[in-house]
Amino acid sequence: MYGKKVKLRLLFIVIILITLVLTTFLILKSLEENVVYFQSPTEIKSLMELDNNKIRIGGMVKENSIIINSKEVNFIITDFKNEINVSYSGAVPNLFSEGEGVVAEGFLKDRNFFYATKILAKHDENYMPPEVKEALGDK
Amino acid sequence: MYKIFEPNKIFHFTSKAPKYVLVLFIVFLSIGLLEALILSPEDYKQSDAVRIMYVHVPAAWISLGIFSSLTLFSIFGFILKNKNFFLISKSLAPSGFVFTLIALVTGSIWGKPTWGTWWVWDARITSMLILALFYLMYLIVWRIYDFEEKVYKISTFISILGIINVPIIKYSVDWWNTLHQPASINILSESSIHSSMLYPLLMMTAAFALFSLLIFLMKYNTELIKIKNKGLDRL
Repeated sequence: MYGKKVKLRLLFIVIILITLVLTTFLILKSLEENVVYFQSPTEIKSLMELDNNKIRIGGMVKENSIIINSKEVNFIITDFKNEINVSYSGAVPNLFSEGEGVVAEGFLKDRNFFYATKILAKHDENYMPPEVKEALGDK
Repeated sequence: MYKIFEPNKIFHFTSKAPKYVLVLFIVFLSIGLLEALILSPEDYKQSDAVRIMYVHVPAAWISLGIFSSLTLFSIFGFILKNKNFFLISKSLAPSGFVFTLIALVTGSIWGKPTWGTWWVWDARITSMLILALFYLMYLIVWRIYDFEEKVYKISTFISILGIINVPIIKYSVDWWNTLHQPASINILSESSIHSSMLYPLLMMTAAFALFSLLIFLMKYNTELIKIKNKGLDRL
């Protein structure tokens, strides 16, 4: 039905696509450390060595962990396996609160303590009206 | 040589279509905006900022959809040596590019009050920016080269390079830690968006899709008229 050239061009495109997919996969796999936007507390605990580079830690703000005084905000980031204490001075985003996602950018003092220079609130994928949230909360 | 096709026959239909699409677009956009801005509820966490989503998410979907179809038409054009497919691809690109920009800008506007920043270099946002650059390259190629065979090949090549990025955009939020939240709507499992918010979202998606179709038809008709004006009935 179709000529030989048509089949060859189809084959050509398929080979290009396979090559590109494999190349991209290899590149992304080797760059994985840089592609992730933040690390979890568990990943921080398992770091071999600590350096002074700026990193980002993400997780949930632990319930009842936020302590605000005149100089700084202290709270705990948890991934429900490990925890890290965070200290930050500055304004926090509106959505920053206990039990919500957060990403903190800054420097590690040690494996348990983190000085944040920037706090970002992480929004989850749940969208619902307040009434529905209340109804869910009552259950 | 490139396959012949008859622009007159196609033009007979496509020249009449825009006015109907325009009416449908206005109807869907009116219902969609009414739903999204007035009738739909506030979000329990982000309150009125959720309304940005009704523009952001449809724009992002449409931009990915258009790039996928643009690539598909380019590949068919290349394999079958059919000039018509390339003209369809070319006519699809502008509205796809505009929706990519809309998704980036509205995302930035939403990010400031919600995350606390206009821009971050996380995987989802960066890959979306790359999509905008691929659209830009694709559009520029059509303006640079006058020689037909050349522009067909180079534009196909750019679309194939760019299509690799499309699944990366889609799955970036699942594969890596990103600041951007994962998808709320899943075909296979229950959506994590309430139905009172899902309905206006789908209406806006339909409106944006109709708008893309409208721009596509207008661009495509222009291409057909160009061919007719060259005094060639068949190409």
